Amino acid sequence: MAKQDRQGNSGGGPRTGRRGSGRREASWGQPLTNWLDDWLAIEPDGTVTTFSGKVELGTGVRTALAQIVAEELGVPLERVHMVMGDTERTPDEGYTAGSMTISTSGVALRIAAAEARRILLEMAAERLEARLDELAVQDGVISLIRHPERKITYAGLMGGKAFNLEITGNTLLKDPKTYTIVGTSTPREDIPRKVAGQPSFIQDVRLPGMLHGRLVRPPGAGAELISIDESSVADSPGLVKVVQRGNFIAVIAEREEQAILAAQRLKVEWRERATMPPMRDLYTTLRSRPTQDSPLVEQGDYETAFKQAARQLHATYYQPYHAHASIGPSCAVADVKEDQITVWASTPGPYPLSGTLAQLLDVPAEKVHLIHVEGAGSYGQNGSDDAAADAVLLSQAVGRPVRVQWSRQDEFVWEPKAPAMVMEMHGGLDAQGNVVAWDYHVWSPSHVARARSPEQLVAGQLLSGQAASQFGFSFGAERNAPTNYSFPNQRVTVHYLADSPLRASSFRSLGGAENTFANESFMDELAAAAGADALEFRLRYLPDARAREVLKAAAGKAGWERRPSWQGKKDEIAEGRGLAFAWYENDQAIVACVAHLQVDLTSGAVRVKRMVIAHDCGLIINPDGLKNQIEGNVIQSLSRALKEEVQFDERRVTSVDWDSYPILTFSEVPEVEIVLINRPDQPASGAGEPSTITTAAAVANAIFDATGARLRQIPFTPGRVKAALG
Amino acid sequence: MMPGEIVLTVNGKLHTVQAAPESPLLYVLRNELGLNGPHYGCGGEKCGACMVLVGAEPRLSCHLPVSEIGRARITTLEGLIEEGELHPVQRAFIEEQATQCGYCVNGMIITTAALLWKNPHPTDEQIRTALDGNLCRCGAHLRILRAVRRAEKLMSGEV
Repeated sequence: MAKQDRQGNSGGGPRTGRRGSGRREASWGQPLTNWLDDWLAIEPDGTVTTFSGKVELGTGVRTALAQIVAEELGVPLERVHMVMGDTERTPDEGYTAGSMTISTSGVALRIAAAEARRILLEMAAERLEARLDELAVQDGVISLIRHPERKITYAGLMGGKAFNLEITGNTLLKDPKTYTIVGTSTPREDIPRKVAGQPSFIQDVRLPGMLHGRLVRPPGAGAELISIDESSVADSPGLVKVVQRGNFIAVIAEREEQAILAAQRLKVEWRERATMPPMRDLYTTLRSRPTQDSPLVEQGDYETAFKQAARQLHATYYQPYHAHASIGPSCAVADVKEDQITVWASTPGPYPLSGTLAQLLDVPAEKVHLIHVEGAGSYGQNGSDDAAADAVLLSQAVGRPVRVQWSRQDEFVWEPKAPAMVMEMHGGLDAQGNVVAWDYHVWSPSHVARARSPEQLVAGQLLSGQAASQFGFSFGAERNAPTNYSFPNQRVTVHYLADSPLRASSFRSLGGAENTFANESFMDELAAAAGADALEFRLRYLPDARAREVLKAAAGKAGWERRPSWQGKKDEIAEGRGLAFAWYENDQAIVACVAHLQVDLTSGAVRVKRMVIAHDCGLIINPDGLKNQIEGNVIQSLSRALKEEVQFDERRVTSVDWDSYPILTFSEVPEVEIVLINRPDQPASGAGEPSTITTAAAVANAIFDATGARLRQIPFTPGRVKAALG
Repeated sequence: MMPGEIVLTVNGKLHTVQAAPESPLLYVLRNELGLNGPHYGCGGEKCGACMVLVGAEPRLSCHLPVSEIGRARITTLEGLIEEGELHPVQRAFIEEQATQCGYCVNGMIITTAALLWKNPHPTDEQIRTALDGNLCRCGAHLRILRAVRRAEKLMSGEV
């Protein structure tokens, strides 16, 4: 066994500083360090400190990662303490995104913990003068199986020292069949403190001498400052400073309510410019701008098959801009000192953001210490990185710690939105109603615009006056654009726009939800044209046994009646059911969804009564945590499908509050029934996103089943339903 | 709007705080008394994140001038804990794991506590209607509804 460390010593040694790998750039979610001590430490009191570069975004990964470590290392869960997302303590694991925390950080920690356990067993064998196969581990204690009184603890073996070892990656992992912690519904560690009002969020960070900042943003992204009248706040109580650099304006006051008042009072004149298309022209704009096209699937002879098809169908689907709409607007605290800059932020990418903030302040990256603190759920990139930039600029301006709290309006107007998209479908059926040709085109801006340079942050743009191109690269619109159906002739093409009319970035599943809306709606349209049952029609093109089981599980639970959709009935309150299926990223979690709903034909109102989900994400780490994620995905995506659309005019975003951007309320939430399919022999794939992508199509298909009307534009508001009913 | 002395009864104790009379209660509770239960959510009385109990009434604190409180007793999420014991509604939320990010949970618990005091056995519709002013973006609604039912049982001694 290779027990050589970097210095050639074996066994433990003096504990060195963390981050043995230094500050290096992680690739997309892939951790770089193989230094065991970068991942975990056995403390003298028997607890285990675990370091993850991922962050808690309100999905419960802190608990899930601790479960993995406790399981593999052989210690009780309550002794595992997670340290996450701190540039001075944890590995660089890039961004927390894409439902990849379990499959990247989880795997890294699982391997690290297994390695630590093996090393501890070898140390114990030496100490207890026994062979490895004579030893057993229980709750961090290694003992002789035949003489349990001869034992030693992990803490006793380590004596407060570090491992000083590279991870070999050759250690055998525990057999999932023997798991006792992973796979159980472990209660989340954060919930008791949150229900008791203990400080848990970025909004709860307070520093001695801290001031409060509020932003005075332009009305729209293209507006320019004409004049600022500081005399308007001359007698504003507690005001410390008005900061103005280019179009970046903020006030800093002793007390929070004083900052709010000063921000309201400060007289600023802006010149607004029309930088966006009128909202009614959004989709023609997306279709007419220059694009970069990439074919994702080209299979069979599509052109000929389409020409020879007995029936040809065409449909275009539309996705508006959506807001992340975090319940708690973004907030950050910064303390900019000469020699050290400390930033508390709810960013999904502590390391990348620390580098961008260093660029913004023109200091070396090592000077910026970024500490992640949980924010309200973000579901992608909300304003949290932007707020961190605001905080460092304000703290720099006054030389004191400053807390910046975005207003509700700041968040709605300035957060990057989930991009609007156009999805165009062409399909061909033969005389027997089989799909012989499938042609899908999606027009979209990039779904990812991470803050790699100051110009990608609101503050950076306002300072420089440059609305620099948002995207250095295009990513995300290809997600789930291809289906897993075995069509003989098919083509899938992504048409990337160079820019987005409204600032855009990642939202849960990236393009996965919109592509699945188009794919699964069109599948339903083809099935209806073929006079086929929607379930049977999908099973025809789905040879994979795992996928078939998921579809059948959802149908079984939902009591799916095999028949063609829409029987032509027209009750005043029309009832319908709809089905949708997706294989997330084509090889991750598999999801099937059945929606049951009612449509009021007079008002056009849709009332969703019941959503049934079958879900296979491989090995399940925490069944209750998983159900929580699925329920959340279904309810949030239902809100998006039924109600949400960012409003704007040519100059500014006009969705500024919960009245102009309503979301689903308690009275509108349906029952959600979940079938979990556990696959202990399969790797654990993430569950933060997959069940978000099937909702819109299942609902649109159910509306069709109820009424014969096809909804192709999100959201399915009463007005749109009425229009579709004709 | 210059700060002056204001006396408030918060979580069973008298506090003398420095605040301008028109200061919204939310900021006085958070920044003068260091409480973390009520949160800023919208500043427009639309989301419920800032809720506190004034007497037995759930009130939004983001616009409520501190001078209007007078002698009324204010209870925040922290104040529901009695002698170290969590309130049954708080226990129910833990037992049902009824949050995701947990930012809105303050308003959910405050609303539920007030509802169950007034109406110990509400109908499903009454529960949903009571909670309609509390927004949750993560989609924890169904767990929250289950937590209300569990709290009902805990408070009536059924479990």
